[in-house]
Amino acid sequence: MKKYINILTMLVVGSTLFAQQTPAPEQKEAVTIVGATAHIGNGKIVENSNIVFENGKITSIGGSGSPMKGRIIKASGKHVYPGFIAPAKSLGLVEVNAVRASDDQDELGEFIPNVRSLIAYNAESKVVESMRPNGVLLGQIAPQGGGISGTSSIVQFDAWNWEDAAIKVDDGIHMNWPNSFRRGRWWLGEERGYKPNKDYAKQIQEGVDFMLNAKAYGAGKAGEQPNEAYKAMQGLFDGSKKLYIYADGEKEMIDAVTTAKENGIADIVIVGGYEAHKIIPFLKKNDIPVLVQQPHALPSREDDDYDMPYKLPKLLVDGGILVGIQNEGMSNFQTRNLPFYAGHVAGQGLDKEEALKLITENPAKILGIDENYGTLIVGKSATLFVSEGDALDMRTNIVTNAFIDGREISLETHQTELWKRYMEKYARE
Amino acid sequence: MKNSILWMLCLFSISIMSAQDYFPENGGLKEENTNYTAFTNATLYITPSKVVKNGTLLIQNGKVVASGKSVNIPKNAITIDLQGKHVYPSFIDAYTDFGVDKPKRAEGGRRSPQYKASRDGFYWNDHIMPENEAISKFEYDKNKADEFRKAGFGVLNTHIMDGIARGTGVLVALNDDEGAGTRIINDQSGQFFSFDKSVASRQSYPTSLMGSMALLRQMYSDAAWYAKGNSKTKDRSLEALNANKAMVSFFEAGSKDNNLRADKIGDAYNINYVIIGGGDEYEMMDEIKASNARYIIPINFPDAYDVSNPYAEKYISLADMRDWNQAPMNPKWLSDNGVQFSLTTFELKKPSEFSEKLSKALKYGYDETKALEALTTIPAAFLNASDKIGSLEEGRYANFLITSGPVFDKETTLYENWVQGQKNIINTKDQQDIRGNYKISAGGKTYDVKLTGEVSKLKSEVSVGDTKYPSKIDYSENWVSLSFTDEETNEVFRTTGIIPKGEQNFSGKLLLPSGDEADFTATRQGDAEEDKKDKDKDDSEKIETVPLTYPNVGYGFATKPKQQNMLFKNATVWTSEDAGVLENTDVLVKNGKIASVGNNLSAGGAKVIDATGKHLTAGVIDEHSHIAALSINEAGHNSSAEVSIEDVVDPEDINIYRNLAGGVTSIQILHGSANPIGGRSAIIKLKWGENADGLIYDNSPKFIKFALGENVKQSNWESYSRFPQTRMGVEQVYVNYFNRAKEYDAKKKAGQPFRYDEEMEVIAEILNGERFISCHSYVQSEINMLMKVAERFDFKINTFTHILEGYKVADKMKQHGVGASTFSDWWAYKFEVNDAIPYNAAIMASEGLVVAINSDDGEMSRRLNQEAAKGVKYGGMSEEEAWKMVTINPAKLLHLDDRTGSIKEGKDADLVLWNDHPLSVYAKAEKTIIEGVTYFDLEKDEQMRDNIKTERNKLVKMMLDEKNGGGKTRAPKGKDKRHFECETIN
Repeated sequence: MKKYINILTMLVVGSTLFAQQTPAPEQKEAVTIVGATAHIGNGKIVENSNIVFENGKITSIGGSGSPMKGRIIKASGKHVYPGFIAPAKSLGLVEVNAVRASDDQDELGEFIPNVRSLIAYNAESKVVESMRPNGVLLGQIAPQGGGISGTSSIVQFDAWNWEDAAIKVDDGIHMNWPNSFRRGRWWLGEERGYKPNKDYAKQIQEGVDFMLNAKAYGAGKAGEQPNEAYKAMQGLFDGSKKLYIYADGEKEMIDAVTTAKENGIADIVIVGGYEAHKIIPFLKKNDIPVLVQQPHALPSREDDDYDMPYKLPKLLVDGGILVGIQNEGMSNFQTRNLPFYAGHVAGQGLDKEEALKLITENPAKILGIDENYGTLIVGKSATLFVSEGDALDMRTNIVTNAFIDGREISLETHQTELWKRYMEKYARE
Repeated sequence: MKNSILWMLCLFSISIMSAQDYFPENGGLKEENTNYTAFTNATLYITPSKVVKNGTLLIQNGKVVASGKSVNIPKNAITIDLQGKHVYPSFIDAYTDFGVDKPKRAEGGRRSPQYKASRDGFYWNDHIMPENEAISKFEYDKNKADEFRKAGFGVLNTHIMDGIARGTGVLVALNDDEGAGTRIINDQSGQFFSFDKSVASRQSYPTSLMGSMALLRQMYSDAAWYAKGNSKTKDRSLEALNANKAMVSFFEAGSKDNNLRADKIGDAYNINYVIIGGGDEYEMMDEIKASNARYIIPINFPDAYDVSNPYAEKYISLADMRDWNQAPMNPKWLSDNGVQFSLTTFELKKPSEFSEKLSKALKYGYDETKALEALTTIPAAFLNASDKIGSLEEGRYANFLITSGPVFDKETTLYENWVQGQKNIINTKDQQDIRGNYKISAGGKTYDVKLTGEVSKLKSEVSVGDTKYPSKIDYSENWVSLSFTDEETNEVFRTTGIIPKGEQNFSGKLLLPSGDEADFTATRQGDAEEDKKDKDKDDSEKIETVPLTYPNVGYGFATKPKQQNMLFKNATVWTSEDAGVLENTDVLVKNGKIASVGNNLSAGGAKVIDATGKHLTAGVIDEHSHIAALSINEAGHNSSAEVSIEDVVDPEDINIYRNLAGGVTSIQILHGSANPIGGRSAIIKLKWGENADGLIYDNSPKFIKFALGENVKQSNWESYSRFPQTRMGVEQVYVNYFNRAKEYDAKKKAGQPFRYDEEMEVIAEILNGERFISCHSYVQSEINMLMKVAERFDFKINTFTHILEGYKVADKMKQHGVGASTFSDWWAYKFEVNDAIPYNAAIMASEGLVVAINSDDGEMSRRLNQEAAKGVKYGGMSEEEAWKMVTINPAKLLHLDDRTGSIKEGKDADLVLWNDHPLSVYAKAEKTIIEGVTYFDLEKDEQMRDNIKTERNKLVKMMLDEKNGGGKTRAPKGKDKRHFECETIN
């Protein structure tokens, strides 16, 4: 019976998937966006700009009078931004949170770096599609759960399949650092509330043992004994992969960075970082960027400033840390609010263009895709969009044109279609 | 040896005989002992306040015959001279589970909850067990009795500590020597109640505090109905409850606000509970005092946190740190405020902790006489047993303590604890005081020995010249054993000697390291100087308590903020009325109301606030919130109309303050969505610092939560036994309940006899148009269904909340006349929200519905201005209309639009001053005002942060001092603040 229900559920889910948008074709002719305020993504603005792109690449950008070519998009009074980048998300790995059959984000096992998000990424997800009308065009797709959750890849949000979507394959390994305090397991009769985690040191040691073994495996003769988990770790030692460590506490971050460095891992990114502002000198000394939790969160503790999550990104930026915003702990649909997270931080006194960097240039640098993405600079990918107004404010984030690698993508979604359908129904009456 | 055993047996049988004089005796001869025992020359506490110096206590047959200054001592009396000693009535603990094992936790699978009772012939709910009798499970526990006696207790009241209605208790004297016939003073000593379910049954209902409250109310009203002979069937629970009505009722409430919850239930049914409190009463003293209830107060003051690890310290909230610092003042405050209470060992790990905790309370200024009363006369009075226990007046049980001095002094030794005339030696009182300096000569060396400490607990120091030898002393009866180690040679010397009565020197055997024996004599050299340093420090230690705030957590107010007349000058005013947005406008607030809106208004004494460049709006209203409540779902039944969130409002939730910082002034705390018919709402204003009643609206509109879809079908977790499992079933639940309520109401209105049913009362209110429904809803089919059901029963649904597919049936909703309260952009979290679209609000508004944006989330609620702004992006609403979705529209949905929700003369001054356009992502609330009282002020918030930091540092330092001074500490712990949403069940 249960099996039967599962099949039914799948069928129903499947049948409502008809509405995904068709991926756009390759850019054929040159496009110039004329007259908009260009937000470069690196803190600079070009007013009244002409932005030219051909064959997927930006070929010219300048003020009025600078070159124009091909198709002209009049965008006077409008704003142009680089496509926003969503790090550490399980977009495309889960469609409907409560429907288990649609959930592919968390595999069994404690240390499974060989588990790869890319091959499960659903390029036709309705949730992924809904990112685009808000300007979120790129994402790092990461597995979740366990100690080492697996390996992420970076994708763009307009593709027929995962292979076409990938812009950086197997870019990083994601690790959940243990917590020195743990919640009371009230369902087992323990008191609610946080108390010291007696197993903290042991849990770290388990991670260290895994790293040591992976390293020893790499030093041995290649191909002796296949071990996919250890093999997947090699990129951390040779610098081709980054280690994303999810940690929020001061002590946990210090432990994480120190331990990873001791074990020969060079490229480390902190994800979370609720208390990162307390260890700014340490992070700077070790050159650690932070993918900070979205500001739309409650303070962790009762006595914390009510606006702690709002201002945290600013505190880190002011301290000279390379900061991006992620919302890994939120449902995937929330990621379309990425621009408003940045806007909210600007409301705390961070310069608006600096705030914009939190979702453009900075995450591009942190994810290692800044050569091509994250800023509107000649030679880089034409992954950008035009908004009626300030894209960091809900009222004015009205996207009229969006391009990924120069391809003009559809801004329709399952949701816009339903909107139109029902407006039409009422118009008939 | 054999002889002495026989002799002891003999004593035993004689003592038994006195109690059971009509029993035949075949194990010996039947004779009575009618001798008296007289205790003379004592400082005699006949009652805590009736103290006689050089008094005499005369007892016979386990009872007090006479007590006082001049007592005639009969000739057949054994006289015990208590010169210099004190005699007190022994202590009574009115709340224990002594000798009664807690029932075993029911085992069972976790697949589906159990909805039916497991018993037959009793009340319909397993957690109601007034028919239980502790005497049937009671087994006298000698070991435990000994622990209690050592702590000074002579009589305990005990019961089965399990369930909501727990049955009757037993009052028992800690008399090891005689049987139950003597030691059981009362086997029907009271009825016992609590809010906690029995562990012995898995019956699901109630799952929440508010459910327990509703169940207790229904139980009492059913009992009254049953007493009138209305039930066709027999119910042994209700019969017992009725039969035991005359007994005192004890209620384990366990916290300050639960005390008041219990008291409220008691008031409704004319029961004056003796309430077992939580030790935090000092935080709500006015209300506790006003309750006029009698209390039993635990003194399990928390140990200091070990804050030596700064990374761990952060987990401890200021409120928990304060708790450590302030809780010991609870007894003093209760006493100073005239609250009648006794003390208990309840919540202590063991009775031996009692004296240490009590001495802490005394250090905090609790009066010793009051403390003695709280342990003797007051519990005796609570138990209606003042004629038997609690004092040493004539006729009372000979239950008394003999001590070396004032009973609560740290230095005082408890010698004996007599229970019903039976002597129990705790420490021998005949021990000689041998403290002093001695010299012992042995093995060619002379050792200096210094004995200090308490008479029966000596400390020893052994030295030769300047060299100190580690030593150990044991002194019991009149034997002394002293051993010491010569660390140079690592040789151990052992001595053991007897001290003859009245002599100063002692002598005996010395065991040399070689194994040889020698004689020794210790010659007294004079009095020993006690090392007074520790004691002095202890005495001079000043108790410093940090002040309480309103509420007593971080960001609480030092003094409650006051209403203020104020004039906002030159603001951009968002009226949420037809007047629209007014530039450069003044708003005058007087006596908590909006007095006028216009230009160039004169302040007339009001505080002028320059609002140039700023925006003034009505306070944000959240139609769907779950903050500030202790429970959200009563999931034990598919209908729980009998429960009310008003019963469980939590005024200390920090999210109230955080919501204020986001410009929110009013919220509806809705029941969750665990069942088709949920519970009643609490509609509150976020008056941070007020108590629960102070938050709830006066003349609050009446609301109830309904819910449709996956949650009520229990689709997303393992539960397959509760109706309904489909949307088809959901309709039938409603039809069934409305049919029954209609019938119930008709009977009631016709004046026919009926069984009062709180659930039916509430549902009948819906049918009569007196209570409004806010219904959790997602897909169009079910939305349409509920409207049709309502129409069939001739009423209207007031609000569909969530209503994510409202856009599909907006025309039908308009026709029905229902409003909509929705999320701005949520979807994809479960199957039924597949077609949820962010354009929903705009479409519904365009069809003429009253549309609000709600949060259902303690995080989103504090930035509802941003969520409203999404109406502009998705569907192109005007800014003014978007703003109404979080102000006047929810006010309309809540029937509060004549009081709040817009800036209009005569309305409540519920206002927010923003530093920017209120719909802007960059806007911050600078001031949030409710009825002219400023509850949030950005500048004051900064000060509060500083204050928190300073106070935390101070308390951390105090706790470090406590640790370094040898005080007990415990590992840090952090609050795990529960954030409720619709689906939170446990």
